[in-house]
Amino acid sequence: MATRIRRSAVPVVALSPTILIVLFAYVGTMGWTVWMSFTGSRLLPVNTFVGTEQYQRLFGDPRWLVSVQNMALFGVLFIGFCLVLGFLLAVAIDQRVRGEDGLRTIFLYPHAMSFIVTGLVWQWMMNPTLGIQEAVQSMGWASFRFDWVVRRDMALYAVVIAGVWQSAGLVMALMLAGLRGVDEELWKAARVDGIPTWRVYVSIVLPLLKPMIITSVVLLSIAVVKVYDLVVALTNGGPGTSTAVPAKYVMDYLFERQNIGLAAAASTVLLVTVLCVLAPWIYAEYFRKERGGA
Amino acid sequence: MTTIDTISPATLDRAATHRGARPRRLTAGRVGLYAFLALSAAFFLLPLYIMIVTSLKTMDEVRLANIFAWPADPGFQAWVAAWSTACTGLDCSGIQVGFLNSVKILVPSVIASIALGSVTGYALSLWRVRGANVLFVVLLLGAFIPYQVFIYPLVRIFSTLGIYGSLPGIVLVHVIFGLPVMTLLFRNFYAGLPPELFKAARIDGGGFWRIFAHVMLPMSTPMLVVAVILQVTGIWNDFILGLVFAGRENLPMTVQLNNIVNAAQGEKLHNVNMAATILTALVPLVVYLLSGRWFVRGIAAGSVKG
Repeated sequence: MATRIRRSAVPVVALSPTILIVLFAYVGTMGWTVWMSFTGSRLLPVNTFVGTEQYQRLFGDPRWLVSVQNMALFGVLFIGFCLVLGFLLAVAIDQRVRGEDGLRTIFLYPHAMSFIVTGLVWQWMMNPTLGIQEAVQSMGWASFRFDWVVRRDMALYAVVIAGVWQSAGLVMALMLAGLRGVDEELWKAARVDGIPTWRVYVSIVLPLLKPMIITSVVLLSIAVVKVYDLVVALTNGGPGTSTAVPAKYVMDYLFERQNIGLAAAASTVLLVTVLCVLAPWIYAEYFRKERGGA
Repeated sequence: MTTIDTISPATLDRAATHRGARPRRLTAGRVGLYAFLALSAAFFLLPLYIMIVTSLKTMDEVRLANIFAWPADPGFQAWVAAWSTACTGLDCSGIQVGFLNSVKILVPSVIASIALGSVTGYALSLWRVRGANVLFVVLLLGAFIPYQVFIYPLVRIFSTLGIYGSLPGIVLVHVIFGLPVMTLLFRNFYAGLPPELFKAARIDGGGFWRIFAHVMLPMSTPMLVVAVILQVTGIWNDFILGLVFAGRENLPMTVQLNNIVNAAQGEKLHNVNMAATILTALVPLVVYLLSGRWFVRGIAAGSVKG
Protein backbone atom coordinates (compact mmCIF):
# COMPACT_ATOMS: atom_id res chain seq x y z
CA MET A 1 0.00 0.00 0.00
CA ALA A 2 2.73 2.38 0.98
CA THR A 3 4.64 1.69 -2.23
CA ARG A 4 1.58 2.27 -4.33
CA ILE A 5 1.05 5.69 -2.79
CA ARG A 6 4.67 6.61 -3.38
CA ARG A 7 4.45 5.36 -6.93
CA SER A 8 1.61 7.69 -7.79
CA ALA A 9 2.93 10.70 -5.91
CA VAL A 10 5.82 11.53 -8.26
CA PRO A 11 3.73 11.92 -11.42
CA VAL A 12 1.29 14.13 -9.55
CA VAL A 13 4.16 16.31 -8.35
CA ALA A 14 5.48 16.45 -11.92
CA LEU A 15 2.03 17.47 -13.10
CA SER A 16 1.55 20.11 -10.43
CA PRO A 17 2.69 23.10 -12.57
CA THR A 18 0.25 22.00 -15.27
CA ILE A 19 -2.51 21.48 -12.73
CA LEU A 20 -1.90 24.96 -11.33
CA ILE A 21 -1.92 26.47 -14.84
CA VAL A 22 -5.13 24.69 -15.74
CA LEU A 23 -6.82 25.73 -12.49
CA PHE A 24 -5.73 29.36 -12.40
CA ALA A 25 -4.87 30.39 -15.96
CA TYR A 26 -7.63 28.50 -17.78
CA VAL A 27 -10.56 27.53 -15.56
CA GLY A 28 -10.21 30.37 -13.08
CA THR A 29 -9.79 33.15 -15.62
CA MET A 30 -12.57 31.77 -17.78
CA GLY A 31 -14.93 31.72 -14.79
CA TRP A 32 -13.85 35.23 -13.81
CA THR A 33 -14.52 36.55 -17.29
CA VAL A 34 -17.95 34.96 -17.39
CA TRP A 35 -18.72 36.36 -13.92
CA MET A 36 -17.54 39.85 -14.92
CA SER A 37 -19.91 39.75 -17.87
CA PHE A 38 -22.79 39.73 -15.37
CA THR A 39 -21.43 42.67 -13.36
CA GLY A 40 -21.41 46.42 -13.89
CA SER A 41 -17.58 46.53 -14.19
CA ARG A 42 -16.27 49.50 -16.08
CA LEU A 43 -12.72 50.76 -15.54
CA LEU A 44 -12.10 48.22 -12.79
CA PRO A 45 -13.87 44.96 -12.06
CA VAL A 46 -16.62 45.28 -9.46
CA ASN A 47 -18.92 42.65 -8.03
CA THR A 48 -22.30 44.28 -8.48
CA PHE A 49 -24.52 41.76 -10.21
CA VAL A 50 -26.50 43.34 -13.03
CA GLY A 51 -27.93 40.24 -14.70
CA THR A 52 -27.91 40.26 -18.47
CA GLU A 53 -27.60 44.03 -18.74
CA GLN A 54 -24.17 43.87 -20.41
CA TYR A 55 -25.46 41.36 -22.96
CA GLN A 56 -28.42 43.60 -23.73
CA ARG A 57 -26.07 46.54 -24.24
CA LEU A 58 -23.77 44.36 -26.33
CA PHE A 59 -26.46 43.23 -28.70
CA GLY A 60 -27.87 46.75 -28.82
CA ASP A 61 -24.49 48.11 -29.92
CA PRO A 62 -24.29 48.58 -33.70
CA ARG A 63 -20.50 48.32 -33.52
CA TRP A 64 -20.76 44.80 -32.07
CA LEU A 65 -23.44 43.76 -34.54
CA VAL A 66 -21.29 44.98 -37.43
CA SER A 67 -18.31 43.10 -35.96
CA VAL A 68 -20.30 39.88 -35.80
CA GLN A 69 -21.62 40.32 -39.33
CA ASN A 70 -18.13 41.04 -40.59
CA MET A 71 -16.81 37.93 -38.87
CA ALA A 72 -19.56 35.81 -40.43
CA LEU A 73 -18.98 37.12 -43.94
CA PHE A 74 -15.21 36.96 -43.57
CA GLY A 75 -15.52 33.44 -42.18
CA VAL A 76 -17.66 32.09 -45.02
CA LEU A 77 -15.47 33.62 -47.74
CA PHE A 78 -12.14 32.88 -46.06
CA ILE A 79 -12.98 29.24 -45.31
CA GLY A 80 -14.61 28.73 -48.71
CA PHE A 81 -11.73 30.13 -50.75
CA CYS A 82 -9.09 28.41 -48.61
CA LEU A 83 -10.80 25.04 -49.04
CA VAL A 84 -11.34 25.37 -52.79
CA LEU A 85 -7.91 26.80 -53.58
CA GLY A 86 -6.16 24.43 -51.16
CA PHE A 87 -7.92 21.41 -52.67
CA LEU A 88 -7.23 22.46 -56.27
CA LEU A 89 -3.57 23.09 -55.48
CA ALA A 90 -3.25 19.72 -53.78
CA VAL A 91 -4.88 17.92 -56.70
CA ALA A 92 -2.70 19.80 -59.20
CA ILE A 93 0.49 19.00 -57.30
CA ASP A 94 -0.58 15.37 -57.06
CA GLN A 95 -0.45 14.98 -60.87
CA ARG A 96 3.26 14.13 -60.99
CA VAL A 97 4.22 17.65 -61.94
CA ARG A 98 7.74 18.92 -62.29
CA GLY A 99 9.17 20.90 -59.39
CA GLU A 100 6.73 19.53 -56.84
CA ASP A 101 8.97 20.37 -53.88
CA GLY A 102 9.46 23.94 -55.04
CA LEU A 103 5.74 24.48 -55.62
CA ARG A 104 4.86 23.13 -52.20
CA THR A 105 7.39 25.47 -50.63
CA ILE A 106 5.94 28.44 -52.51
CA PHE A 107 2.33 27.70 -51.58
CA LEU A 108 3.08 27.17 -47.92
CA TYR A 109 5.67 29.82 -47.08
CA PRO A 110 3.10 32.55 -46.26
CA HIS A 111 1.88 30.36 -43.43
CA ALA A 112 5.29 30.67 -41.76
CA MET A 113 4.88 34.43 -41.53
CA SER A 114 2.89 36.29 -38.92
CA PHE A 115 -0.48 37.87 -39.60
CA ILE A 116 1.17 41.21 -38.86
CA VAL A 117 3.65 40.73 -41.71
CA THR A 118 0.88 39.47 -43.99
CA GLY A 119 -1.32 42.45 -43.17
CA LEU A 120 1.44 45.00 -43.71
CA VAL A 121 2.55 43.53 -47.04
CA TRP A 122 -0.96 43.51 -48.43
CA GLN A 123 -1.61 46.99 -47.04
CA TRP A 124 1.36 48.17 -49.10
CA MET A 125 0.28 46.38 -52.27
CA MET A 126 -3.27 47.67 -51.97
CA ASN A 127 -2.14 51.23 -51.24
CA PRO A 128 -4.34 53.17 -53.71
CA THR A 129 -1.79 55.86 -54.63
CA LEU A 130 1.46 53.89 -54.75
CA GLY A 131 0.43 50.25 -54.98
CA ILE A 132 -0.87 47.84 -57.58
CA GLN A 133 -3.74 50.11 -58.68
CA GLU A 134 -1.43 52.99 -59.61
CA ALA A 135 1.11 50.69 -61.29
CA VAL A 136 -1.52 49.01 -63.46
CA GLN A 137 -3.16 52.34 -64.34
CA SER A 138 0.17 53.84 -65.41
CA MET A 139 0.69 50.83 -67.67
CA GLY A 140 -2.31 52.11 -69.64
CA TRP A 141 -5.33 50.43 -68.05
CA ALA A 142 -6.75 53.71 -66.75
CA SER A 143 -10.02 52.35 -65.34
CA PHE A 144 -8.33 49.65 -63.24
CA ARG A 145 -9.38 49.84 -59.58
CA PHE A 146 -7.88 48.00 -56.65
CA ASP A 147 -8.46 50.43 -53.81
CA TRP A 148 -10.39 47.97 -51.67
CA VAL A 149 -8.64 48.76 -48.36
CA VAL A 150 -9.92 52.34 -48.39
CA ARG A 151 -13.46 51.56 -49.53
CA ARG A 152 -16.12 50.85 -46.92
CA ASP A 153 -17.91 48.35 -49.13
CA MET A 154 -14.80 46.43 -50.20
CA ALA A 155 -12.32 46.57 -47.30
CA LEU A 156 -13.50 43.29 -45.83
CA TYR A 157 -12.73 41.52 -49.12
CA ALA A 158 -9.20 42.89 -48.94
CA VAL A 159 -8.86 41.17 -45.56
CA VAL A 160 -10.18 37.96 -47.13
CA ILE A 161 -7.52 38.08 -49.88
CA ALA A 162 -4.71 38.51 -47.38
CA GLY A 163 -6.14 35.78 -45.17
CA VAL A 164 -6.48 33.30 -48.03
CA TRP A 165 -2.94 34.09 -49.16
CA GLN A 166 -1.69 33.30 -45.66
CA SER A 167 -3.70 30.12 -45.02
CA ALA A 168 -4.53 28.34 -48.30
CA GLY A 169 -1.15 26.58 -48.22
CA LEU A 170 -2.03 24.92 -44.93
CA VAL A 171 -5.16 23.42 -46.48
CA MET A 172 -3.07 22.35 -49.48
CA ALA A 173 -0.64 20.52 -47.18
CA LEU A 174 -3.44 18.78 -45.28
CA MET A 175 -5.27 17.78 -48.49
CA LEU A 176 -2.09 16.60 -50.18
CA ALA A 177 -1.35 14.33 -47.25
CA GLY A 178 -4.89 13.00 -47.60
CA LEU A 179 -4.50 12.43 -51.35
CA ARG A 180 -1.23 10.57 -50.82
CA GLY A 181 -3.02 8.32 -48.39
CA VAL A 182 -5.62 7.21 -50.97
CA ASP A 183 -5.19 3.54 -51.84
CA GLU A 184 -3.46 3.04 -55.19
CA GLU A 185 -5.68 0.04 -55.96
CA LEU A 186 -8.59 2.44 -56.12
CA TRP A 187 -6.95 4.40 -58.92
CA LYS A 188 -6.14 1.21 -60.83
CA ALA A 189 -9.71 -0.02 -60.50
CA ALA A 190 -11.07 3.33 -61.66
CA ARG A 191 -8.77 3.27 -64.69
CA VAL A 192 -9.80 -0.28 -65.60
CA ASP A 193 -13.42 0.78 -65.44
CA GLY A 194 -12.66 3.79 -67.65
CA ILE A 195 -13.96 6.36 -65.19
CA PRO A 196 -12.73 9.89 -66.00
CA THR A 197 -10.20 11.26 -63.52
CA TRP A 198 -12.26 14.29 -62.46
CA ARG A 199 -15.16 11.97 -61.73
CA VAL A 200 -12.98 9.86 -59.44
CA TYR A 201 -11.88 12.99 -57.59
CA VAL A 202 -15.40 14.29 -57.10
CA SER A 203 -17.23 11.07 -56.32
CA ILE A 204 -14.61 8.92 -54.60
CA VAL A 205 -11.58 10.90 -53.45
CA LEU A 206 -13.44 13.90 -52.02
CA PRO A 207 -15.54 11.74 -49.67
CA LEU A 208 -12.34 9.93 -48.61
CA LEU A 209 -10.80 13.29 -47.72
CA LYS A 210 -13.60 14.05 -45.28
CA PRO A 211 -11.38 13.89 -42.18
CA MET A 212 -8.93 16.35 -43.76
CA ILE A 213 -11.76 18.67 -44.78
CA ILE A 214 -13.24 18.60 -41.29
CA THR A 215 -9.85 19.29 -39.71
CA SER A 216 -9.28 22.18 -42.12
CA VAL A 217 -12.70 23.67 -41.39
CA VAL A 218 -12.16 23.46 -37.64
CA LEU A 219 -8.70 25.03 -37.83
CA LEU A 220 -9.88 27.80 -40.17
CA SER A 221 -12.99 28.46 -38.07
CA ILE A 222 -10.89 28.94 -34.96
CA ALA A 223 -8.69 31.34 -36.94
CA VAL A 224 -11.83 33.26 -37.94
CA VAL A 225 -13.01 33.70 -34.36
CA LYS A 226 -9.50 34.74 -33.32
CA VAL A 227 -8.87 37.10 -36.26
CA TYR A 228 -7.25 40.18 -34.78
CA ASP A 229 -3.62 40.75 -35.82
CA LEU A 230 -4.44 40.64 -39.53
CA VAL A 231 -7.12 43.31 -39.22
CA VAL A 232 -4.98 45.48 -36.93
CA ALA A 233 -2.10 45.43 -39.42
CA LEU A 234 -4.11 45.71 -42.63
CA THR A 235 -6.94 48.15 -41.91
CA ASN A 236 -7.11 48.66 -38.12
CA GLY A 237 -10.82 47.94 -38.37
CA GLY A 238 -11.53 50.71 -40.84
CA PRO A 239 -12.53 52.53 -42.90
CA GLY A 240 -15.16 53.36 -40.28
CA THR A 241 -16.18 50.02 -38.82
CA SER A 242 -16.15 48.19 -42.14
CA THR A 243 -13.55 45.64 -41.02
CA ALA A 244 -14.35 45.61 -37.29
CA VAL A 245 -14.23 42.10 -35.81
CA PRO A 246 -15.32 40.73 -32.41
CA ALA A 247 -11.80 39.98 -31.15
CA LYS A 248 -10.84 43.59 -31.80
CA TYR A 249 -14.04 44.82 -30.15
CA VAL A 250 -13.06 42.98 -26.97
CA MET A 251 -9.51 44.35 -27.02
CA ASP A 252 -10.72 47.91 -27.62
CA TYR A 253 -13.21 47.82 -24.75
CA LEU A 254 -10.71 46.15 -22.39
CA PHE A 255 -7.73 48.39 -22.92
CA GLU A 256 -8.89 51.63 -24.54
CA ARG A 257 -12.57 52.22 -23.96
CA GLN A 258 -12.43 50.81 -20.44
CA ASN A 259 -15.66 48.97 -20.22
CA ILE A 260 -14.62 45.64 -18.82
CA GLY A 261 -18.10 44.30 -18.21
CA LEU A 262 -19.06 44.80 -21.84
CA ALA A 263 -15.77 43.32 -23.06
CA ALA A 264 -16.29 40.32 -20.79
CA ALA A 265 -19.77 39.79 -22.24
CA ALA A 266 -18.34 39.93 -25.75
CA SER A 267 -15.58 37.43 -24.85
CA THR A 268 -18.16 35.12 -23.34
CA VAL A 269 -20.09 35.18 -26.60
CA LEU A 270 -16.85 34.26 -28.43
CA LEU A 271 -16.24 31.48 -25.94
CA VAL A 272 -19.69 30.01 -26.49
CA THR A 273 -19.24 30.24 -30.27
CA VAL A 274 -15.96 28.34 -30.13
CA LEU A 275 -17.38 25.67 -27.85
CA CYS A 276 -20.25 25.13 -30.28
CA VAL A 277 -17.78 24.55 -33.13
CA LEU A 278 -15.52 22.40 -31.00
CA ALA A 279 -17.82 20.13 -29.05
CA PRO A 280 -18.84 17.88 -31.95
CA TRP A 281 -15.32 17.81 -33.36
CA ILE A 282 -13.54 16.94 -30.10
CA TYR A 283 -16.11 14.27 -29.44
CA ALA A 284 -15.59 12.70 -32.88
CA GLU A 285 -11.82 13.10 -32.89
CA TYR A 286 -10.91 11.94 -29.41
CA PHE A 287 -13.75 10.00 -27.86
CA ARG A 288 -15.81 8.20 -30.45
CA LYS A 289 -12.80 6.28 -31.77
CA GLU A 290 -11.76 5.08 -28.33
CA ARG A 291 -15.23 3.75 -27.60
CA GLY A 292 -16.44 2.63 -31.00
CA GLY A 293 -13.12 1.14 -32.09
CA ALA A 294 -13.39 2.60 -35.57
CA MET B 1 -4.53 13.36 -33.24
CA THR B 2 -5.31 12.41 -36.78
CA THR B 3 -3.53 15.27 -38.47
CA ILE B 4 -0.24 14.69 -36.72
CA ASP B 5 -0.31 11.01 -37.52
CA THR B 6 -1.18 11.48 -41.16
CA ILE B 7 1.15 14.27 -42.11
CA SER B 8 4.37 12.50 -41.42
CA PRO B 9 7.22 13.47 -43.72
CA ALA B 10 7.02 9.94 -45.13
CA THR B 11 3.48 10.47 -46.37
CA LEU B 12 4.47 13.50 -48.36
CA ASP B 13 7.57 11.79 -49.68
CA ARG B 14 5.53 9.08 -51.28
CA ALA B 15 5.25 10.30 -54.83
CA ALA B 16 1.99 10.15 -56.68
CA THR B 17 2.70 6.81 -58.29
CA HIS B 18 -0.90 5.85 -58.81
CA ARG B 19 -1.21 7.57 -62.14
CA GLY B 20 1.75 5.80 -63.65
CA ALA B 21 4.83 7.42 -65.13
CA ARG B 22 4.96 11.15 -65.78
CA PRO B 23 3.27 11.75 -69.15
CA ARG B 24 5.70 12.37 -72.01
CA ARG B 25 3.44 14.26 -74.37
CA LEU B 26 1.93 17.61 -73.56
CA THR B 27 -1.84 17.42 -73.76
CA ALA B 28 -4.21 20.35 -73.40
CA GLY B 29 -4.95 19.16 -69.88
CA ARG B 30 -1.27 19.26 -68.92
CA VAL B 31 -0.92 22.77 -70.33
CA GLY B 32 -3.93 23.90 -68.31
CA LEU B 33 -2.52 22.21 -65.22
CA TYR B 34 0.81 24.00 -65.50
CA ALA B 35 -0.92 27.29 -66.29
CA PHE B 36 -2.96 26.97 -63.08
CA LEU B 37 0.13 26.11 -61.05
CA ALA B 38 2.12 28.97 -62.56
CA LEU B 39 -0.66 31.50 -61.87
CA SER B 40 -1.03 30.26 -58.32
CA ALA B 41 2.72 30.42 -57.76
CA ALA B 42 2.68 34.01 -59.05
CA PHE B 43 -0.11 34.91 -56.60
CA PHE B 44 1.81 33.44 -53.68
CA LEU B 45 5.18 34.90 -54.69
CA LEU B 46 4.00 38.40 -55.64
CA PRO B 47 4.01 39.86 -52.09
CA LEU B 48 7.50 38.50 -51.44
CA TYR B 49 8.77 39.99 -54.71
CA ILE B 50 7.15 43.36 -53.97
CA MET B 51 8.52 43.43 -50.42
CA ILE B 52 12.02 42.77 -51.73
CA VAL B 53 12.01 45.25 -54.62
CA THR B 54 10.42 47.99 -52.52
CA SER B 55 13.02 47.54 -49.80
CA LEU B 56 15.81 47.91 -52.36
CA LYS B 57 14.48 51.21 -53.78
CA THR B 58 15.03 54.79 -52.66
CA MET B 59 11.96 56.78 -51.55
CA ASP B 60 12.21 58.89 -54.72
CA GLU B 61 11.86 55.74 -56.75
CA VAL B 62 9.02 54.43 -54.57
CA ARG B 63 7.11 57.67 -55.26
CA LEU B 64 7.18 56.89 -58.99
CA ALA B 65 4.47 54.36 -58.06
CA ASN B 66 5.67 51.47 -60.13
CA ILE B 67 5.40 48.81 -57.49
CA PHE B 68 6.35 45.97 -59.86
CA ALA B 69 9.49 47.58 -61.30
CA TRP B 70 12.91 46.28 -60.43
CA PRO B 71 14.90 49.05 -58.64
CA ALA B 72 17.08 51.12 -60.97
CA ASP B 73 19.91 51.20 -58.48
CA PRO B 74 19.29 48.50 -55.86
CA GLY B 75 20.78 49.30 -52.48
CA PHE B 76 20.50 48.26 -48.87
CA GLN B 77 20.14 51.75 -47.35
CA ALA B 78 16.51 51.07 -46.41
CA TRP B 79 17.56 47.84 -44.67
CA VAL B 80 20.20 49.67 -42.65
CA ALA B 81 17.66 52.38 -41.77
CA ALA B 82 15.05 49.79 -40.81
CA TRP B 83 17.50 47.98 -38.58
CA SER B 84 19.04 50.94 -36.80
CA THR B 85 17.11 54.22 -37.26
CA ALA B 86 13.42 53.50 -37.98
CA CYS B 87 11.12 55.41 -35.63
CA THR B 88 8.34 54.35 -33.31
CA GLY B 89 6.98 57.70 -32.23
CA LEU B 90 9.94 59.59 -30.79
CA ASP B 91 12.15 56.57 -30.38
CA CYS B 92 14.34 56.12 -33.46
CA SER B 93 16.59 53.19 -32.73
CA GLY B 94 15.27 50.84 -35.39
CA ILE B 95 13.71 47.39 -35.49
CA GLN B 96 16.77 45.90 -33.79
CA VAL B 97 15.19 46.76 -30.43
CA GLY B 98 12.24 44.54 -31.23
CA PHE B 99 14.51 41.87 -32.66
CA LEU B 100 16.52 41.65 -29.46
CA ASN B 101 13.34 41.68 -27.35
CA SER B 102 11.90 38.85 -29.43
CA VAL B 103 15.06 36.81 -28.95
CA LYS B 104 14.99 37.46 -25.21
CA ILE B 105 11.37 36.34 -25.06
CA LEU B 106 11.83 33.44 -27.46
CA VAL B 107 14.71 31.50 -25.92
CA PRO B 108 13.38 31.00 -22.37
CA SER B 109 9.78 30.58 -23.61
CA VAL B 110 10.70 27.81 -26.05
CA ILE B 111 12.84 25.92 -23.54
CA ALA B 112 10.37 26.24 -20.67
CA SER B 113 7.26 25.40 -22.68
CA ILE B 114 8.83 22.31 -24.26
CA ALA B 115 10.19 21.11 -20.92
CA LEU B 116 6.83 21.47 -19.23
CA GLY B 117 4.87 20.11 -22.20
CA SER B 118 7.03 17.01 -22.58
CA VAL B 119 6.86 16.11 -18.88
CA THR B 120 3.10 16.71 -18.85
CA GLY B 121 2.57 14.64 -21.98
CA TYR B 122 4.73 11.86 -20.56
CA ALA B 123 2.92 11.82 -17.21
CA LEU B 124 -0.50 11.86 -18.86
CA SER B 125 0.23 9.12 -21.37
CA LEU B 126 2.23 6.56 -19.39
CA TRP B 127 1.39 7.04 -15.73
CA ARG B 128 -1.89 6.45 -14.02
CA VAL B 129 -2.93 9.74 -12.53
CA ARG B 130 -6.39 10.36 -11.16
CA GLY B 131 -8.22 13.02 -13.10
CA ALA B 132 -5.77 12.84 -16.00
CA ASN B 133 -8.56 12.80 -18.57
CA VAL B 134 -10.27 15.84 -17.10
CA LEU B 135 -6.96 17.69 -17.07
CA PHE B 136 -6.35 16.74 -20.67
CA VAL B 137 -9.78 17.80 -21.90
CA VAL B 138 -9.48 21.22 -20.23
CA LEU B 139 -6.03 21.68 -21.79
CA LEU B 140 -7.40 20.67 -25.17
CA LEU B 141 -10.22 23.20 -24.95
CA GLY B 142 -7.72 25.81 -23.81
CA ALA B 143 -5.88 25.41 -27.10
CA PHE B 144 -8.88 26.61 -29.07
CA ILE B 145 -10.44 29.32 -26.94
CA PRO B 146 -9.64 32.89 -28.01
CA TYR B 147 -7.08 34.65 -25.80
CA GLN B 148 -9.60 37.41 -25.13
CA VAL B 149 -11.43 35.13 -22.70
CA PHE B 150 -8.34 34.78 -20.46
CA ILE B 151 -6.47 38.01 -20.98
CA TYR B 152 -8.00 40.45 -18.53
CA PRO B 153 -8.04 38.18 -15.44
CA LEU B 154 -4.47 37.14 -16.28
CA VAL B 155 -3.44 40.79 -16.41
CA ARG B 156 -4.94 41.27 -12.92
CA ILE B 157 -3.28 38.14 -11.55
CA PHE B 158 0.07 39.13 -13.05
CA SER B 159 -0.19 42.66 -11.63
CA THR B 160 -0.87 41.23 -8.19
CA LEU B 161 2.17 38.98 -8.54
CA GLY B 162 4.21 41.96 -9.78
CA ILE B 163 5.22 40.33 -13.07
CA TYR B 164 2.87 42.20 -15.40
CA GLY B 165 4.77 43.95 -18.17
CA SER B 166 8.04 42.14 -17.45
CA LEU B 167 10.14 39.58 -19.25
CA PRO B 168 9.30 36.75 -16.80
CA GLY B 169 5.64 37.71 -17.24
CA ILE B 170 5.59 37.39 -21.03
CA VAL B 171 7.61 34.16 -20.85
CA LEU B 172 5.11 32.70 -18.39
CA VAL B 173 2.25 33.70 -20.70
CA HIS B 174 3.88 31.87 -23.61
CA VAL B 175 4.37 28.81 -21.41
CA ILE B 176 0.72 28.94 -20.33
CA PHE B 177 -0.65 29.22 -23.85
CA GLY B 178 1.90 26.86 -25.38
CA LEU B 179 1.14 24.14 -22.89
CA PRO B 180 -1.94 22.60 -24.59
CA VAL B 181 -0.26 21.98 -27.93
CA MET B 182 3.02 20.84 -26.40
CA THR B 183 1.17 18.42 -24.12
CA LEU B 184 -0.91 17.11 -27.01
CA LEU B 185 2.17 16.58 -29.15
CA PHE B 186 4.14 14.65 -26.54
CA ARG B 187 1.17 12.79 -25.10
CA ASN B 188 0.31 11.35 -28.51
CA PHE B 189 3.93 10.53 -29.24
CA TYR B 190 4.56 8.69 -25.96
CA ALA B 191 1.21 6.92 -26.17
CA GLY B 192 2.22 5.62 -29.60
CA LEU B 193 5.47 4.01 -28.43
CA PRO B 194 5.46 0.23 -27.87
CA PRO B 195 4.14 -0.35 -24.32
CA GLU B 196 6.73 -3.12 -23.75
CA LEU B 197 9.38 -0.45 -23.62
CA PHE B 198 7.81 1.29 -20.67
CA LYS B 199 6.99 -1.99 -18.92
CA ALA B 200 10.57 -3.21 -19.27
CA ALA B 201 11.88 0.03 -17.82
CA ARG B 202 9.47 -0.30 -14.90
CA ILE B 203 10.56 -3.90 -14.22
CA ASP B 204 14.18 -2.76 -14.25
CA GLY B 205 13.23 -0.48 -11.40
CA GLY B 206 13.16 2.81 -13.25
CA GLY B 207 11.33 5.62 -11.52
CA PHE B 208 9.32 8.45 -13.06
CA TRP B 209 12.24 10.77 -13.78
CA ARG B 210 14.79 8.05 -14.62
CA ILE B 211 12.53 6.55 -17.29
CA PHE B 212 11.84 10.00 -18.66
CA ALA B 213 15.48 11.03 -18.82
CA HIS B 214 17.05 7.76 -19.95
CA VAL B 215 14.35 6.08 -22.05
CA MET B 216 11.77 8.58 -23.25
CA LEU B 217 13.79 11.73 -23.91
CA PRO B 218 16.46 10.00 -26.04
CA MET B 219 13.66 8.63 -28.24
CA SER B 220 11.87 11.95 -28.50
CA THR B 221 14.16 13.67 -31.01
CA PRO B 222 11.54 13.80 -33.80
CA MET B 223 8.94 15.33 -31.51
CA LEU B 224 11.46 17.72 -30.01
CA VAL B 225 12.29 18.98 -33.51
CA VAL B 226 8.61 19.52 -34.28
CA ALA B 227 8.06 21.19 -30.92
CA VAL B 228 10.99 23.57 -31.42
CA ILE B 229 9.79 24.54 -34.92
CA LEU B 230 6.28 25.05 -33.66
CA GLN B 231 7.22 27.15 -30.66
CA VAL B 232 9.91 29.21 -32.40
CA THR B 233 7.58 30.23 -35.24
CA GLY B 234 4.53 30.58 -32.99
CA ILE B 235 6.21 32.71 -30.34
CA TRP B 236 8.11 34.80 -32.87
CA ASN B 237 4.90 35.52 -34.79
CA ASP B 238 2.85 36.29 -31.70
CA PHE B 239 1.37 39.76 -31.57
CA ILE B 240 -1.48 39.96 -29.09
CA LEU B 241 0.30 38.43 -26.08
CA GLY B 242 3.38 40.58 -26.63
CA LEU B 243 1.16 43.65 -27.00
CA VAL B 244 -0.62 43.03 -23.72
CA PHE B 245 1.92 41.30 -21.47
CA ALA B 246 5.43 42.26 -22.56
CA GLY B 247 5.41 45.85 -21.32
CA ARG B 248 7.00 48.86 -23.00
CA GLU B 249 10.55 47.70 -22.41
CA ASN B 250 10.12 44.26 -23.98
CA LEU B 251 7.80 44.74 -26.96
CA PRO B 252 8.48 41.92 -29.43
CA MET B 253 9.41 42.55 -33.04
CA THR B 254 5.88 42.08 -34.45
CA VAL B 255 4.45 44.76 -32.16
CA GLN B 256 7.30 47.16 -32.83
CA LEU B 257 6.97 46.57 -36.57
CA ASN B 258 3.28 47.39 -36.52
CA ASN B 259 4.01 50.53 -34.49
CA ILE B 260 6.64 51.64 -37.00
CA VAL B 261 4.57 51.00 -40.13
CA ASN B 262 1.23 52.19 -38.82
CA ALA B 263 2.65 55.23 -37.01
CA ALA B 264 0.23 58.10 -37.46
CA GLN B 265 2.74 60.94 -37.69
CA GLY B 266 5.53 61.63 -40.15
CA GLU B 267 6.08 60.72 -43.77
CA LYS B 268 5.69 57.03 -44.51
CA LEU B 269 8.99 55.54 -45.61
CA HIS B 270 7.64 52.58 -47.52
CA ASN B 271 11.05 51.22 -48.48
CA VAL B 272 12.16 51.22 -44.83
CA ASN B 273 8.83 49.73 -43.77
CA MET B 274 9.15 46.87 -46.23
CA ALA B 275 12.73 46.21 -45.16
CA ALA B 276 11.57 46.10 -41.53
CA THR B 277 8.77 43.73 -42.54
CA ILE B 278 11.21 41.38 -44.27
CA LEU B 279 13.52 41.47 -41.26
CA THR B 280 10.59 40.48 -39.03
CA ALA B 281 9.57 37.65 -41.34
CA LEU B 282 13.11 36.37 -41.71
CA VAL B 283 13.36 34.17 -38.61
CA PRO B 284 10.23 32.08 -39.29
CA LEU B 285 11.06 31.96 -43.01
CA VAL B 286 14.55 30.60 -42.30
CA VAL B 287 13.07 28.04 -39.90
CA TYR B 288 10.59 27.06 -42.60
CA LEU B 289 13.15 26.71 -45.38
CA LEU B 290 15.63 24.80 -43.23
CA SER B 291 13.15 22.44 -41.62
CA GLY B 292 11.16 21.69 -44.78
CA ARG B 293 8.71 18.88 -44.24
CA TRP B 294 9.10 18.92 -40.49
CA PHE B 295 7.48 22.31 -40.62
CA VAL B 296 4.34 20.88 -42.22
CA ARG B 297 4.11 18.38 -39.44
CA GLY B 298 4.60 21.17 -36.92
CA ILE B 299 1.96 23.52 -38.27
CA ALA B 300 -0.52 20.69 -38.66
CA ALA B 301 -0.07 20.02 -34.96
CA GLY B 302 0.22 23.64 -34.04
CA SER B 303 -2.55 25.26 -36.01
CA VAL B 304 -4.55 24.17 -33.05
CA LYS B 305 -2.99 27.16 -31.33
CA GLY B 306 -3.83 29.49 -34.20
